[in-house]
Parts: sequence; structure tokens; C-alpha cells
Amino acid sequence: MSRSLLPVLTVLAFIGVIWYAAAVALNAPWAYDKAQRAGVELTLPALVSDTWAQDKPKLPAPHQVGAELWETTVQKKVTSKRSLVYHAWITLSATLLGFVLGTGLGILLAVGIVFNRTMDMSVMPWVIASQTIPILAIAPMIIVVLNAVGISGLLPKAMISMYLSFFPVVVGMVKGLRSPDAMQLDQMRTWNASAAQTFWKLRLPASMPYFFTSLKIAMAASLVGAIVGELPTGAVAGLGARLLGGSYYGQTIQIWSALIMAAALAAALVGTIGIIQRVTLKRMGMA
Amino acid sequence: MNKHMNEATITQTIETAPGTPVIAARGLDLTFQTNDGPVHALRDVSLDIAKGDFVSFIGPSGCGKTTFLRVMADLEEPTGGSVTVNGVTPAEARRARAYGYVFQAAGLYPWRTIGGNIRLPLEIMGIPRAEQAERVRRVLELVELGGFEKKFPWQLSGGMQQRASIARALSFDADILLMDEPFGALDEIVRDHLNEQLLKLWERTGKTIAFVTHSIPEAVYLSTKIVVMSPRPGRITDVIESPLPKERPLDIRDTPEFLEVAHRVREGLRAGHQDE
Repeated sequence: MSRSLLPVLTVLAFIGVIWYAAAVALNAPWAYDKAQRAGVELTLPALVSDTWAQDKPKLPAPHQVGAELWETTVQKKVTSKRSLVYHAWITLSATLLGFVLGTGLGILLAVGIVFNRTMDMSVMPWVIASQTIPILAIAPMIIVVLNAVGISGLLPKAMISMYLSFFPVVVGMVKGLRSPDAMQLDQMRTWNASAAQTFWKLRLPASMPYFFTSLKIAMAASLVGAIVGELPTGAVAGLGARLLGGSYYGQTIQIWSALIMAAALAAALVGTIGIIQRVTLKRMGMA
Repeated sequence: MNKHMNEATITQTIETAPGTPVIAARGLDLTFQTNDGPVHALRDVSLDIAKGDFVSFIGPSGCGKTTFLRVMADLEEPTGGSVTVNGVTPAEARRARAYGYVFQAAGLYPWRTIGGNIRLPLEIMGIPRAEQAERVRRVLELVELGGFEKKFPWQLSGGMQQRASIARALSFDADILLMDEPFGALDEIVRDHLNEQLLKLWERTGKTIAFVTHSIPEAVYLSTKIVVMSPRPGRITDVIESPLPKERPLDIRDTPEFLEVAHRVREGLRAGHQDE
């Protein structure tokens, strides 16, 4: 952990420098515009301080995003509609539900593909085809159709998360469940083990390293799905709504703080799976 | 034996008649269809293995020794001829859990302890929990791994892992032990030690053992019967009944009798090569 700290900080510092420089470059036209209308000559320090402090900048400076984050997380009550924690929770709940549904569906399909030859030949092409459809195109339809049958709120968003997250689980689990070698399967055969016994005692434990890797990808995909699912609902609540609302009113600082929040959320979720993965595989003697 | 009798009757006849072979192969053929044309893994192989025999199969790669063992275990289907194990087909013998099979690699599950690994076939066979524990303890003693029950495979040396895998094959009390080069990946010293232990184990348990090996000294040291095989097509070229006594200290390998048997095995292997 400590060994990777210095490289990470170096990269962060580098990004910070580029970000501040880009903010000056992108926001300068508006600063010059204002100065011209006011009839004043803009010095370089004045230009820099203006580009880093505009209300609706093209690219907000990092400290502006930081201030917005601080204001909307720590200084607002979490029940407030203006609290980013509240919106993050809305997105998180859809992400987690979609992730659980997607993982379940993914495992079921993988088991079917591994044990049933017909499913092996027929399901996989559909699974792959499902991921070639742009989610942005299909998300509004899912929301509208489910709304028409009286399902709204959390579940439609979770369905979109599921749609994205089941895919890596299917692919990973098919590979994982097939990872035992010919000798291990022959061994099971010499004991006259049933297919179910081979599954529970050999295939499933052997698939665990693949499973956790799939879960990490599925979790990230699930978060993207939940945010996309919030866009067509008319921007009521959630990080997706903050993104959309921000773009309606040109609130770039709000957009960026929602983005940072989403990234932090993804990092936390994927990191949590990583910790569970390490502990589990170590206990199983597989890491 | 009346060919028209159904198999159940035959089983009974064989089990009650002493001296009938545990494994009997008649005119066994096995041809693999590959992209490069058919490969004759076994051609007209006939052999009897009596109860309590220790039979070694020796020959160069491709002579079909492993394939023959796998046919006995119902892991390969012969394309011609017949083979019986305990008087029934290999498939029925497998379903009756008549044999324990030891593979070249120990194949222990890393997520199970040594005890857990040995318990695995017992769990699959539905043996009661209390008895499982008792059997695990007993077979671990048998392979001199008492006290290692709670260790994980990675905590054991290669030789110890292979002993654990033998213990696992013994745990469900099959009368037949099929071993496919179980010590092939181990060094000479460990191998000598395991050979000695295997002989003791065989003496104590009275199992019928079929043992595939590459090593002439190993085959001669262990066996009551040595089957020499040669490749393309895989066939038996010589069957040697060992004149060595049942009691075999390691230094028996320096006696003239031992060297004579070893010589005959070597001759048999050479003869198999000259036919090509």
C-alpha cells in the first residue's frame, strides 16, 4: 500500500497541474469577454484568478469542485434534496439491487451454459448480442414499459444495472466453472460423483478467482447502468439526475462534483469486493 | 463359464469362486480417431490379474499402459474385445466404487485440508460423518501422515501430497487400487521411500494393485507380475511372474535374482522396439 502511495500522489499532482492549466485556457474567452464589456485591460494574474472562480465555467477548477463537494455533502442534511449524499444513496441503492440481480442472472446462465449443451450453443450469442445494443437507446424504453405496467422507482433503474452487470458474470463464471482440468473431472468420475456433486465440490470452488474478477467489472458496470437509468426519468433524484440537471442549467461545477462522487462510489464498491476477494481466496488457499 | 448367464449371476459365481481373476481382459482393442488418422492405443490385449496381485505395466510412451489402466477404470471405452473388473463391466465396477485411482498428480484441492481432501470421496459416497472421521484417521496412519489432517496441501512436500492422494484412494475401502505413475514426478530418494511404504501397505491391506510406471527398478521391486508393453500398436510383449519373495527390503535390488528379472524386462522392452 505505502509503496504505491508515491506514484499515485505523483500522478494526482500531474493531473492537478493539467486541470488548472486547462481551466485557464478554456475559461479565458469568457473572462476576456467580460473585461472587454467593462472596458478594462486584463492582466495575467487577474485572468488566472477570474478563470478559476467563474460561476458557470466551461471547466471548473479543482478547488471549485472541492468546495461544491464539501458544501453538498458535509454542510447539507443527508435528507435534503440538495445533498449529494442523498443523491448518491439513491444511485447506490439501484446499483446494489441491479448488481445482485445481475450477478444472480449471470450465475444462472453460466450454470446453464456449462451443464446444458443446447444452452451452450444457443444462449452465448444472445448474451453477446445483448451487449452490442447501446444502453442509452434501450434504457428509456425499459423505464417507459415498466412504468406502463405500474413499476417505477428503484426497480426499473436496477433492471438497467442488471442488464449491464450480468454480462461479465456470465463470461467469467463460464470460464471459471470450466476451469477444473481433465484429471480432476476424471477423478470425480472414478468416485461416481453426480453432476451436482461435481458442481458443488469442484466446479464452484474452483471458479472463485474468476467469480471475484467478474464481480469487480459487474459492479462498475452496474453503477454506470444506474446513472444511465436516472437520465430518462426526468432527473428527479440520483447522481444521474444531478448530471442531467447540471447540464440543463449549465451548472458545470454541479456536474463535476456528481462525477467525482460517482467515481468515489465506484472506487469504494470495487475496493470492497477486492478486500472480500483477498480474504476469501487466501482462506481457500488460492491466492 | 456360461456366456448366456446374466451378469449378476456371473458376479456371484466369481465372488464365490477363489482364484478367478479380479481383472480379466480378452482381445482388447482401442483405436482413437485423431485428425492424423486412427491411433491404435491397444491391440489384442489379453491379461488376467488375480486377487492380491501387484501388477506393473511398463513400456515406452505410447505403448498404451495408461490407456489400459483407464479402460479398467471406465475412463476410456474399448473399441473391441472385453474386460471385466470383479466379474462385471468396468462401468458397473466404477458405479459400485470397486477401485481407487491414483493419478500422476496428487490433485488435492487447495481449499480443503488434507483431512478434507480425503473426506471428499466419502462425502460423495454418502458415508456418515462419524465414520468419515474414523476412516480419515485410519488411512492417514496407513500412509504415515498421522497428525497432518488439519494441514493444507501447500504446507506439504510433493511426496507427502502424493501419499495423501493414495490415502484418499484407500479411504473408501475399494479392493482394487489403480495407480498411474503416481511417483513419476518425484525424486529418486523420495520415490524409494514411497515404494517401500507402498509395499508395506499392500502387504497389510491385501489389495489388488495395477501400477503403471516408466522405471524398470520400480516395476521389478514392487511387482508380483510385470507386464511389458510396446507401442504402435500398443500391445503386451511379455508377462513376467516375479520369483522374488514377498518380503522385499530395499537392498533386494542388488541380488542376482532381482537383476535377472530386471534384465528380462529390459530385453522385453528392447524386443518391442525392434519389431517396428
